[in-house]
Amino acid sequence: MSLDNPIRSSGELEDLHGVLVERRSEDHLCISICTGTGCVVGGAESVVDAFVEVISEMGLEEKIEVKPTGCHGFCEMGPLVTMTPSGYFYPQVHARDAREIVEKTLLNNEVVEKLLYHDPQTDEAIAREADVPFYKHQKRIILAENGHLNPTDIEDYISIGGYKGLAHVLDEMNPDEVITCVIDSGLAGRGGAGFPTGKKWEICQKQPSEPKYLVCNADEGDPGAYMDRSILEGNPHRVIEGMCIGAFAIGASQGFIYVRHEYPLAVERITLAIEDARTAGLLGEDIMGSGLNFDLKVVRGAGAFVCGEESALLKSLEGLKGEPKQRPPFPVEKGFQNKPTVINNVETWANVPHIINNGPEWFVGFGTEGSAGTKIFSLVGKVNNTGLVEVPMGVTIREIVFDIGGGIPNGKEFKAVQTGGPAGGCLPTSMLDLPVDFHALQEAGTIMGSGGLIVMDEDTCMVDVARYFTKFLEEESCGKCYSCRKGTQRMRELLDDICEGRGTPGHLALLEELGHAVNTASMCGLGQNAANPMLSTLRHFRDEYEAHINEHRCSAGVCTELIQYTILEEFCDGCAACSKVCPSECIVGEKDSLHTIITEDCIKCGSCLNVCTRGAVLITSGGGV
Amino acid sequence: MSAKVINITMNGLPMEVYEGMNVLEAARIMGIDIPTLCYDEGLSSYGACRLCIVEIGPQDRTKVVSSCTYRCEEGLEIRTHSKRVMDTRKMILELLVCSTPGSKTIQDLAAAHGVITARFKPEHEDCMLCGLCVRMCKEQMMATAIDFAGRGPDRRITTPFDEASALCRHCGGCMFICPACSSRCMGPDADTTLCSSCLNLSPSCVEVYDHQQCWMPPGCGTCIRPEGDYLPATGRISEVKTEA
Ligand SMILES: Cc1cc2nc3c(=O)[nH]c(=O)nc-3n(C[C@H](O)[C@H](O)[C@H](O)COP(=O)(O)O)c2cc1C
Ligand code: FES
Repeated sequence: MSLDNPIRSSGELEDLHGVLVERRSEDHLCISICTGTGCVVGGAESVVDAFVEVISEMGLEEKIEVKPTGCHGFCEMGPLVTMTPSGYFYPQVHARDAREIVEKTLLNNEVVEKLLYHDPQTDEAIAREADVPFYKHQKRIILAENGHLNPTDIEDYISIGGYKGLAHVLDEMNPDEVITCVIDSGLAGRGGAGFPTGKKWEICQKQPSEPKYLVCNADEGDPGAYMDRSILEGNPHRVIEGMCIGAFAIGASQGFIYVRHEYPLAVERITLAIEDARTAGLLGEDIMGSGLNFDLKVVRGAGAFVCGEESALLKSLEGLKGEPKQRPPFPVEKGFQNKPTVINNVETWANVPHIINNGPEWFVGFGTEGSAGTKIFSLVGKVNNTGLVEVPMGVTIREIVFDIGGGIPNGKEFKAVQTGGPAGGCLPTSMLDLPVDFHALQEAGTIMGSGGLIVMDEDTCMVDVARYFTKFLEEESCGKCYSCRKGTQRMRELLDDICEGRGTPGHLALLEELGHAVNTASMCGLGQNAANPMLSTLRHFRDEYEAHINEHRCSAGVCTELIQYTILEEFCDGCAACSKVCPSECIVGEKDSLHTIITEDCIKCGSCLNVCTRGAVLITSGGGV
Repeated sequence: MSAKVINITMNGLPMEVYEGMNVLEAARIMGIDIPTLCYDEGLSSYGACRLCIVEIGPQDRTKVVSSCTYRCEEGLEIRTHSKRVMDTRKMILELLVCSTPGSKTIQDLAAAHGVITARFKPEHEDCMLCGLCVRMCKEQMMATAIDFAGRGPDRRITTPFDEASALCRHCGGCMFICPACSSRCMGPDADTTLCSSCLNLSPSCVEVYDHQQCWMPPGCGTCIRPEGDYLPATGRISEVKTEA
């Protein structure tokens, strides 16, 4: 049995699943190599080639399967290689290591010491993926599959039970039961607003108007966030299956996957997956002989942040200018071409098959009251283990940053974490024990967003951070609401003033007043949260703003207008490294004697600081260090 | 708009309106004055200027929306002049007056709302992108010669590809409806943006600068005062207010 003929019933799917599982004999060895974007940058493709070559040289093709997979999550340490069934794991693998890994680990089940992962905190060598702290503290439901799946092979997906949820729904449930199941699971949208998914489906299903449409929102415009991309690249069939289940429940016959043009690999993988699913009879007309007709189309967006907002996305989908519009009517009432449309995030769709397979109670078992299930975060910034982490809702920020993220590099102090993407807010050390769920984050003045977590250390200036995000929002605002377009511009100008030493005490009052007005008056989620970066930093780091204004002091040494570079006499040995790199030639001094910086000519580029090996270059600000 | 009548509450008073009517129209029927810049009865609602915002919903869970784009629904509770609304409107007017001070419409609205500070760096933009001209051209003149282009700071109103449009019949409808063009103060740019002293200067700027075709009612005076000699904006507000 194979996929030469379309699958005509759930029985046939089961048979195929059986065949595929059996094909994997007991001593089947598999080596999964992450070919997610992060690892490809680290050279994963040459690692795959090396393994294929070594294995064919040794004539082991039958015995060992080499599987290029999607992102495993621990991108910091890529390229990653994991082995089943042993569970061994090697980070930062190089093509030249392939032979040794095959000979020792795969064939003789012994680890290659020098390749093992070392916990940076304890320096202990760890052999199995499951024991690595980064993975140990996570609860990976969606991401776990990424590590075991060849995303370009539909059979691989079927072999892990793929499309079983769809078959079950088609065979044994009616649309109302599916919706009830999703409502009971408490699944809430993973794209930002956290609206209950089952409720959304129910409203759409009840609309009299036909046809109905489904949209998968893979716009993902938050800088630094890439969980949706990794799902589409690593496990595209999960999303397709989720959407098919949704189509059955809601009564839709056409769906769209709106993915940004900057994600070429995601576009390629999902397009291939759609074709494969169609050929396999799992998408298109008469799915699995059930009479359900549902097809999918990939639409590429041009990468405007605001086009992730659902009403702007719909306009873009219709070929118009991506500009949000007033809701109500909501897309579930009048969406694509004024027809009822359900828009869900990639991760939301990917959760659906799991809920059908395991039941709503299972899903409620993770997370907190009001926020069920797991959530994927992209953990980036000043943290040891950057990557994608999936945790149950309600774990604390401390657990994510320290237990999973391994804390702050170079012994620096944690300062803040920004959640919710550019329109989110910053939380200080005192809020490290805040549980990450929709409600708690809202209370603390920030949002869940689609799951970006940017960690900042003591060298970060919070005023500068607020300025950066405000500028991002200024540029990404569609510009329609005056409050948003002009408001973000004026906020950024005031923040510029503060960062450049022109701030007055009046600036803070005006910023607060303006920020509330912007959030109140604007129409869409972008404008309504546009002041969050500024308001949240002002709320939690007011002293830093005041130091900038009153003492012209940037304690993190970031705001160039407020800092000076000096060379300390005690440490300078006159090596002249600094004067050689200084682009404005403002460092003077004879070789082997003290060098000095002519402050008036210094452009504060920091080159001297970077080259000085003796720590003699010092940044001072407002009289302090 | 359907003929179905529904019940809403406007500033605490029960009211019957047609289903689908927008909140702004309903308020105006009641004689409630809600300021607008981008709204015109003859055109579709757009919701860009945000001046017409109102607070809706039950007391503890209110939400602020633009009344010109929000449709009345059964049981809707509306507050048109709550503190939250008024504070926000004032801030928007302050933003407007600092960026487009040459519009008399804006100066008057600012004065009427008691905007007595202009705390942002003065700019002199000719256009606040209310989009009335775009809708005028499309909906009344059936031409669609102009539209919005760009986003964020690059947003502007222009012809396709910035070239003279073959669809434009030079009807002037766009200029007629523009709240900045049709009553623009043509005098030199003032360095304080909150002018609000149009009323009692003599000679008026029309007399002095007639060749500049200033259409302001006599006379705003910004242009003829010696440089640096600006009256504190505060002192004049009350006079303008009586007029507005
Ligand atoms: C400015 C802005 C950007 C957004 N970007 C995204 C995005 O990139 N991806 C996404 O899924 N949702 C995004 N959203 C949220 C969507 O509007 C919408 O709520 C979501 O796609 C609904 O799906 P969900 O219920 O599954 O979360 C954005 C919202 C706003 C206001
Ligand atoms: S790309 Fe390999 S782990 Fe993320």
